[in-house]
Amino acid sequence: MTLAATTVAASGTPGFLSPTGVEIAFLLVGLVTLGAALVTVTTRQLVHAALWLVVALGGLAVEYLLLTAEFIAWVQVLIYVGSVVVLLLFGLMLTKAPIGRSPDADSGNRWAALTVAVAAAVALVWVVVDAFRATWIDLDGPAAGTTEVTGASLFRHWVLPFEALSVLLLAALVGAIVLSRKARADAGPAAPGKEGAR
Amino acid sequence: MNGAWDVALRLVVVFVVFLTFPLIVGQTEHKVMAHMQGRLGPMYAGGFHGWAQLIADGVKFAQKEDVVPAGADRRVFQLAPAVALLPYLLVLLALPIGPGEGAVGQVLDAGVFFVLAVMGVGVLGSLMAGWASANKYSLLGGLRTAAQLLAYELPMLLAAASVAMAAGTVSLPGIVHAFHWWWLPWQIVGAIVFFVAGLAELQRPPFDMPVADSEIIFGAYTEYTGLRFALFLLAEYAGIVVLCGLTTVLFLGGWHGPWGHDGLGWLWTLLKTAILAFLVIWLRVTYPRLREDQLQKLSWTLLVPLSLAQIALTGIVKVVIS
Repeated sequence: MTLAATTVAASGTPGFLSPTGVEIAFLLVGLVTLGAALVTVTTRQLVHAALWLVVALGGLAVEYLLLTAEFIAWVQVLIYVGSVVVLLLFGLMLTKAPIGRSPDADSGNRWAALTVAVAAAVALVWVVVDAFRATWIDLDGPAAGTTEVTGASLFRHWVLPFEALSVLLLAALVGAIVLSRKARADAGPAAPGKEGAR
Repeated sequence: MNGAWDVALRLVVVFVVFLTFPLIVGQTEHKVMAHMQGRLGPMYAGGFHGWAQLIADGVKFAQKEDVVPAGADRRVFQLAPAVALLPYLLVLLALPIGPGEGAVGQVLDAGVFFVLAVMGVGVLGSLMAGWASANKYSLLGGLRTAAQLLAYELPMLLAAASVAMAAGTVSLPGIVHAFHWWWLPWQIVGAIVFFVAGLAELQRPPFDMPVADSEIIFGAYTEYTGLRFALFLLAEYAGIVVLCGLTTVLFLGGWHGPWGHDGLGWLWTLLKTAILAFLVIWLRVTYPRLREDQLQKLSWTLLVPLSLAQIALTGIVKVVIS
């Protein structure tokens, strides 16, 4: 989104046959990320799944870094690795997840899930490929993803979606608080609502 | 070639700081705590006032057997200390200690976010240790660690965002460059919130519920022995160095001082960091441990509103003076 605004179609279109170092690194990290994501959804060990998710999300952050989007990369680590995965692990620790394989860590919806996942992946890849085609980011020029550039494009061109998203998140937050308070009124002193609200 | 040497030299310096400063803080803690409690502390190791006590401790840890419990998740258990320790090394790379290009390991465009993100990753080590040990006390410790992190990361981020707003940049050297002395009263609430939340993230007393030794032995680290246990301890003290350094850089003006900030700026940074580290030790001796519900309450009902108020104040002043 932000990169699209500053992407330049470099003169003398670079070919696919002579990749630069950054491109090779990008591909390798992408493979690692994909592999970690696959292990995340296939492993039978619940906590390992969460830890492989850390690898996948971290790999994504490295991809952002390679595209010079430093700010996005660190926010990715901060929000997803630092908070979402911690929340996941917190939830897992409250379950009876054993060390080793969980025999019941399987769902009957395997094929439906696979179909949805493949469909979503195809749609996303299609959109990205169709939108960018053969545009190349000029990595040698001024960095296209610095905090300044990201901030300017976010608050100049994309203010409305940004605000809409924040209202959506606020609604989710209020909803979570309402739900957790109601549960407490029904079931006496139930789980603390504060973690849920975060 | 020159560039490669420069990078290597910086990495070596940061690594040496990473290995020595936590030990200095640890030794200071031994002595300061002892004197505050009317004791002498270590007096024999090394001869002069027990200066080599922590080296002796290190030798002791290295000689101990490295035990992995039979029921533990071996690989996660063994990986956890590294995950806990390495992020602090990365954070040290980004902390500027003086003006100019030469006084920071690596200049980062979004330094504040880098530092906070990587510090959050360090807590994953405690969670991994807590879960993989196959021990109820460890699991409780891990749970408390996670709950504490979730509660205190938000005020810490908001306080850091306030100072980034004031400076108009998220780069750490940029923030120190923009510092003026009157920022101190202006950002004082944010500074206190940041420091307190940082203490909680490091699980230092009075926020040491996750490792409360009188209740759950040593929390997530109960099953660890030998060098791996030492690595966790080192991570705690490296965390103190990082937190104090970060508070200095963000809120206390880093290398700015009444005089001599051209040549001796790094000395100011170190002095302020050392004073804050002393404060951390002092707090440990002074306050009793907070209970879990008190911990959560302090964060959600006091620190979060305070940091939001600080952001509002920063915004208002920023608009007025610009």
